[in-house]
Amino acid sequence: MKVLVTGVSGKIGRLVAEELVRQEHEVVGIDRRTWPEAPAGVRVFETDIRKRPAEDVFRTERPQAVIHMATVTHLVERSEERYRINLIGTKAVFDFAHRYGVKQAIFVGRHTYYGAAADAPLYHTEDEPPMALEIFPELVDLVAADLFAGMALWRFPNIDTAVLRICYTLGPARHGTLAAFLNGPRVPTILGFDPLFQFMHEEDVARAIVLSLTRGLRGVYNVAGPQPVPLSSLIRHTGRSLLQVPEPMYRVVLGRFGLPRLPVGALTHIKYPIVIDATTFKAASGFQHRFDEYETMHSFRDSPQLSARAG
Amino acid sequence: MPVLRAYRSEFRTDSRKVRALMSAVDVDERLNRLELPFNASGLDPYGISRKHLSIAFRGMSWSYHRYFRVRTRGIENVPPRGRAMLVCNHAGGIALDAALLMGACFFDMDPPRLAQGMAEKFLARMPFAAQWIAKTGHVTGLPEHAVRLLEDERLLMVFPEGARGTAKLFKERYSLVRFGTGFLRLALETRSPIIPVACLGTGAAIPTVANLYGVGRLVGVPYIPLTPYLLLAPLPVRIELRFGPALHFTGSGNEDDAFINAKVEQVKESIGKLISEGRSERESA
Repeated sequence: MKVLVTGVSGKIGRLVAEELVRQEHEVVGIDRRTWPEAPAGVRVFETDIRKRPAEDVFRTERPQAVIHMATVTHLVERSEERYRINLIGTKAVFDFAHRYGVKQAIFVGRHTYYGAAADAPLYHTEDEPPMALEIFPELVDLVAADLFAGMALWRFPNIDTAVLRICYTLGPARHGTLAAFLNGPRVPTILGFDPLFQFMHEEDVARAIVLSLTRGLRGVYNVAGPQPVPLSSLIRHTGRSLLQVPEPMYRVVLGRFGLPRLPVGALTHIKYPIVIDATTFKAASGFQHRFDEYETMHSFRDSPQLSARAG
Repeated sequence: MPVLRAYRSEFRTDSRKVRALMSAVDVDERLNRLELPFNASGLDPYGISRKHLSIAFRGMSWSYHRYFRVRTRGIENVPPRGRAMLVCNHAGGIALDAALLMGACFFDMDPPRLAQGMAEKFLARMPFAAQWIAKTGHVTGLPEHAVRLLEDERLLMVFPEGARGTAKLFKERYSLVRFGTGFLRLALETRSPIIPVACLGTGAAIPTVANLYGVGRLVGVPYIPLTPYLLLAPLPVRIELRFGPALHFTGSGNEDDAFINAKVEQVKESIGKLISEGRSERESA
């Protein structure tokens, strides 16, 4: 099958492309960034998904499936541009997919969709609405992109669309939101709170995405692997040390003393858990994680990669 | 004989150490027999921590056995495994009854079980409290949580009187206030047996004479209970937990209010009966 991957030059994009090649699929990638050592079987078109050349890729290559991973978080893109990439980009991908006869579309979203709140249930199911957006406005465009992608299920009934809400990624690439938070030697937590964190090894994430393609999933799915662990254990098992800061002082120390810089709303994410229930996904796809929570944390800790890149 | 005295004091310290050690071993041995799916680090999927349970039960052991001298009756009514709902009355300012019920299922059941509670929402916002509550097995009081725990074959503690129950004053300690009905719909939906439980003595252990609702709101709790001696420390009153035979109801949980209310009344009556049995025994003793 010929698969188009948007955001292919990102860390997870590359892993997905490599997994697809391993399973003998043909991969066409679109990304604004280059991927100089792309393996054989992967052709990368350096363009923006919102631009004309991206549509040309759909027209000339006629992929049977598209995996849309070209969304960005507030950690990478701090400007208004983020809204445009996430929303106009997602709209473009589905419009092109519809226009050029794509049969399957996968939107790679995030479990932060659900938001963190004191009165939220511990294991979120797919039928829940996004919460706590008023506290963390930086998530609004990703939530909107998730819901917009889900609309494709009735707007384009000919396309089998799967919206994946994937938990945090962790692994030797030291890449992603969680890796950026755990980047420094000391990780600040809020005194008196120790929420559960749910994450998956980056290779398991790539396998889960490819599996939802090969199994032809349709619908909205939470994607998670091993069981969640408290933030304090996560910090210890990744070789970091815990810096417990009383909540009123937290905003003051962020971005100083070598500590990560976070938007104010992100505080709820280190006070309350976001844990998802992936039962439906596991039943539909037969997915089983290869790396348990400790192997995942230790692969991050023992990685030769020096520092994290957000993404 | 100074030598003998020295020997004796030495011996006494030793025996105290041995006893302390034995009670510690006992808690750990019981923890090992809990049927929770702990991972390699002693964490379960809800974030319950073996280490925190060990600290909590060790701390509780003395007050459970020595201070409150808790006595249980009919604890064999609690199923040794599988889903069940312990429905208990509330009294005594703070949720001391929940802690002791948790203690009863841990210390007096064989094999021990972890009774998991549904905590008031405001607790999830309180530093330290939020953390300890979660790590010792309690979840925020949401219907989704109750369904999930029961479908996971856990033992759930329910206090249908809620904060109205803990707000009972000393003179009202043996009364039952209005029961919520949500628990019964959940029991029907998940086909869980209900074990009625009466807790006697907590109302006397924390003799509330007034509740400060205004001050409570200021600090973010529903109210602050006040005892005649001002402190919230419980008095060493003997506590009794009486467990009634399991009640099995059938239905879908979507029945009309009249049907549900009749069943709730039945649960309330069985708890009321357990309370009066316990009272007459206490008064004749």
